[in-house]
Amino acid sequence: MKIVILGAGPAGLYSGLLIKKTNPSHDITIIERNAADVTYGWGVVFSDRTLASFQRADNKTYEQITDQFVIWDAIDVYYRDQKISCGGHIISSISRKSLLYILQRRCLELGISIKFSCEISNLAELGDYDLLIAADGLNSIVRKTYESIFKPSLEFGKARYIWLGADKVLDAFTFIFRENEHGLFQVHSYPFNGTTSTFIVECDEASWLKAGLDSADEAQSLAYCQQLLANNLDGATLLSNNSKWISFPLLKTQHWHHKNIVLLGDAIHTAHFSIGSGTKLAMEDAIALSSALEQHQELETALNEYELERKPVVEIFQKAARESQAYFETLKSYLALDPVQFTFNLLTRSGRITYDDLRLRDPRFGDMVDRWATQQANSKLSATNGRYPERSAGSVDTPPPSLTPFVTLSAAQGLVAPPPMFTPMRLRNINLHNRIVLSPLSSCSVQDGMPGEINTKQIQSAAASGAGLVVTEPIAISPDGRITPAGIGLYNANHVETWTRLVESIHTHTQAKIAIQLNHSGRRGSTRPREEGLDRPLLDGNWPLISASSIPYTPYSQVPKAIDRADMDRVRDDFLLATRKAQEAGFDMVQLNFAHGYLLASFISPLSNLRNDEYGGTLEHRMRFPLELFDAVRAVWPQERPISVVISASDCVKGGFDIDEAVIVAKMFKEHGCEIIAIVTGQTTIDSEPSYGRGFLTPFSDRIRNEAGIPTMVGGYITTSDEVNTMLAAGRADLCIMNPPQLHDLYWAASATAQT
Amino acid sequence: MQVGVGLPSTVPGTQRQLIIEWACRADKGPFSSLGVLDRMVYDSYDPLMTLGAVAGITHRVKLATTIVIGPLHNTALLAKTAASLDALSSGRLVLGLAVGARKDDYIAAGIDYRGRGKRLTEQLSSLRSLWEENHIGPKSVRSNGPDLLVGGLSDQGYARMVRYTDGYVHGGGPPRAFARAADKAYAAWSDAGRPGKPQLWAQGYFALGDDAVKQTGYHYLRDYYAFTGPFAERIASGLLTSPQAVAQFMRGYQDAGCDELVLFPTVADLAQLDRLAEILHGLGKWRAG
Repeated sequence: MKIVILGAGPAGLYSGLLIKKTNPSHDITIIERNAADVTYGWGVVFSDRTLASFQRADNKTYEQITDQFVIWDAIDVYYRDQKISCGGHIISSISRKSLLYILQRRCLELGISIKFSCEISNLAELGDYDLLIAADGLNSIVRKTYESIFKPSLEFGKARYIWLGADKVLDAFTFIFRENEHGLFQVHSYPFNGTTSTFIVECDEASWLKAGLDSADEAQSLAYCQQLLANNLDGATLLSNNSKWISFPLLKTQHWHHKNIVLLGDAIHTAHFSIGSGTKLAMEDAIALSSALEQHQELETALNEYELERKPVVEIFQKAARESQAYFETLKSYLALDPVQFTFNLLTRSGRITYDDLRLRDPRFGDMVDRWATQQANSKLSATNGRYPERSAGSVDTPPPSLTPFVTLSAAQGLVAPPPMFTPMRLRNINLHNRIVLSPLSSCSVQDGMPGEINTKQIQSAAASGAGLVVTEPIAISPDGRITPAGIGLYNANHVETWTRLVESIHTHTQAKIAIQLNHSGRRGSTRPREEGLDRPLLDGNWPLISASSIPYTPYSQVPKAIDRADMDRVRDDFLLATRKAQEAGFDMVQLNFAHGYLLASFISPLSNLRNDEYGGTLEHRMRFPLELFDAVRAVWPQERPISVVISASDCVKGGFDIDEAVIVAKMFKEHGCEIIAIVTGQTTIDSEPSYGRGFLTPFSDRIRNEAGIPTMVGGYITTSDEVNTMLAAGRADLCIMNPPQLHDLYWAASATAQT
Repeated sequence: MQVGVGLPSTVPGTQRQLIIEWACRADKGPFSSLGVLDRMVYDSYDPLMTLGAVAGITHRVKLATTIVIGPLHNTALLAKTAASLDALSSGRLVLGLAVGARKDDYIAAGIDYRGRGKRLTEQLSSLRSLWEENHIGPKSVRSNGPDLLVGGLSDQGYARMVRYTDGYVHGGGPPRAFARAADKAYAAWSDAGRPGKPQLWAQGYFALGDDAVKQTGYHYLRDYYAFTGPFAERIASGLLTSPQAVAQFMRGYQDAGCDELVLFPTVADLAQLDRLAEILHGLGKWRAG
């Protein structure tokens, strides 16, 4: 076969040599527009897994590559003039120049002809070929020629970056975060040849403009970065090599081959440099292409096979790279985090490396994180002491005896520490002994809102199983606030008696605290028990519904009455009565439900609030009644006890309430005296479609916690301690609602004991 | 986890006698259910009609559609057929619905391919009411009607699953793929505030015997899934062809939280059923009940 390869970068050279090696009868020519010794870029990074695939593909070049490798295992993070290190990450790198030299030599040795300094501007210049391999990079002329067939899409990142070198030896992959009068700059740097290191300097557009880098030439840019990084360079000089400030181009391509033309590497896909995968993906493409050509006689089948194998893999990397890119673009919201937490957050940004992974890679780093988390937790325990009037001794507000050593024996602090999930947390004068929240959901029907024995047993079992906090399911504040006639409530004296007994028994027998979640179901009321599905109206005995506006929840739902001022007063008074009853029953915390499409949520979402009075319209107006109600409850609930609110952080519907507005809402609640926000999403309308999955609520919690600066509590199908520790150590939440599969068995067992 | 077996009703060449005999033997154990698949434009039997044929000659096994292409059916007629089947089998029907993946099925049925997701959602939302209201009959043998499952979900489809149904049917693949889907189903279920857990059903294909048997199995899968293009090969490569593969597959699904795994034949031969039963017996714990 006569094969022409366009581009003598790693993808072109490697595919050429692998194809020639398996079938020496192929006539292969590589055409490169630059001269043999011209190369851009500095070092390229490979993981040990990639190296293993190189070894299988061609042992000779593998050995030469590994001979020249710089291998290291540490990541250093410079942030706020502190250096935090984490070891155990096997990363290796080689200079791009050496890599190309090794590959070129091997190509020549195998009898491939390489034509350097040969610019192709029209594919017709290539003459005849049986197969054209386009490895001609981001600006691929082949891709551009057949743009309508390959269907590429190009999207530019928001940040600006420049690819520099430095005559400096580094002993770790080094992240530098530096703030100056122009803004925040971040540097990704790593060694690659024993004397030189790569330095990629990145910043957001505003900082770039403010620093005047848009009009800076190469020398001026270099001088700026040299000064910016003077402390880290220790006298070393930054180097440039035709370096320019650019925005990262994310290239995706729908089709990877056409007739006898196939694309690979940067010509077809790019991945943000922060995950260091560009060259790796290009060379893996080459391996897949050569093995497909070896296995299949028919060219079409081989090229299909190549695309089929590589495209899903590349898409996974592009997704990870896109997330990493987004992380660096929104890094500013994490600047409030302490260096240890900031570093942990950075290292776990992809979601693929967890607390347990880091502990395994570097136990000392793991211990440091634990110690930091414990110290933080303890300092907050003492910091809030006395801020709110203490109640008399023996009340629920006195820290349990087990916590006193942490608070008083400061000399012993920090030597040994539990993992983050077992650190205490203080909310006003309530101390939680750990960060685990359980929230049992009743699986029984009751009469007149009266909690049944199954309910109380399930809540008790949750408290007894080690949780720091138990939050009840939504509890109705009035009979018409129930979701179903079988639901539980807190609106009459008998209810108070039952709840009081339950709270007392939890305080007596367990260390757990207990919060009651107060709710009015609004337009989601008067439905059948949820064993039978969601939001299905009662067959008979329906009661009238109220909501912000007169829009039924489902097409089959009753049309609610748009709530008027008299109704608002009544609802507010019902909440206040319930709050007083909750105090009487001894609850440690009240959680008000402003989520999932219930009455108060119906005000917040523009999809369910179409009012044109002072309670509808702008976010401020839509928040008026929810905040009025919050203030009223806050005023009667004891000062020393916390209030939490649960909000839907997004409607998960186009045009609905979204996370940006949720951040504003969280700030409002914080200003009004809310202690902690519990985060859910969706269910504000039946069109809500959250992307469910393990930890699906964490990104929402992350943004609210770090942008609104308020503690958060979040679930989202969290089942393992690793997920909890990762989330807490990274500062993505403060309390985690766990949902391990064993819970179902536990609740089931609890309800079984109740029935006998 | 319980293990069911599929009927060979979509394997071309299958005759009446094989289906009847297959169902009778499966009913004696160790299987917990009999599954059927749906395909309009193929040499295959109608799934609900097939279950109707075996309802009267079986007594124990659940009768499950994994799945029926819902939007091809008029909803009231589907409700009636399902309620009848449930009554005729003394409450053993598990009705799994999905939109299917083949456009030609819709064209053949004269049903608009676009809007199929919306149609399915409407179906899911009204089936339960049709059964409960007993307006169209027959009177349900179970107060809520048959178990209702949904399959073939996009990421966003799980919200619909938890709103209207009792659980989820996975379309096939390695246990890891099922585990991700199971996580989504659990996450959506608890987020919706539905008590307990969703029923999670899954399926796989087997061909047990010598090389000729395996080749017959591969050939069938390539043909059945030809419409997926190159992915047919990938689906075929998941065929379970040894006792070890079946055992590991079942273990993987069990560990991932599967409630019921239905293994479908790819070769129309009773020996296939016997070989699968033998493996289940050999593994001890997979006994019906």
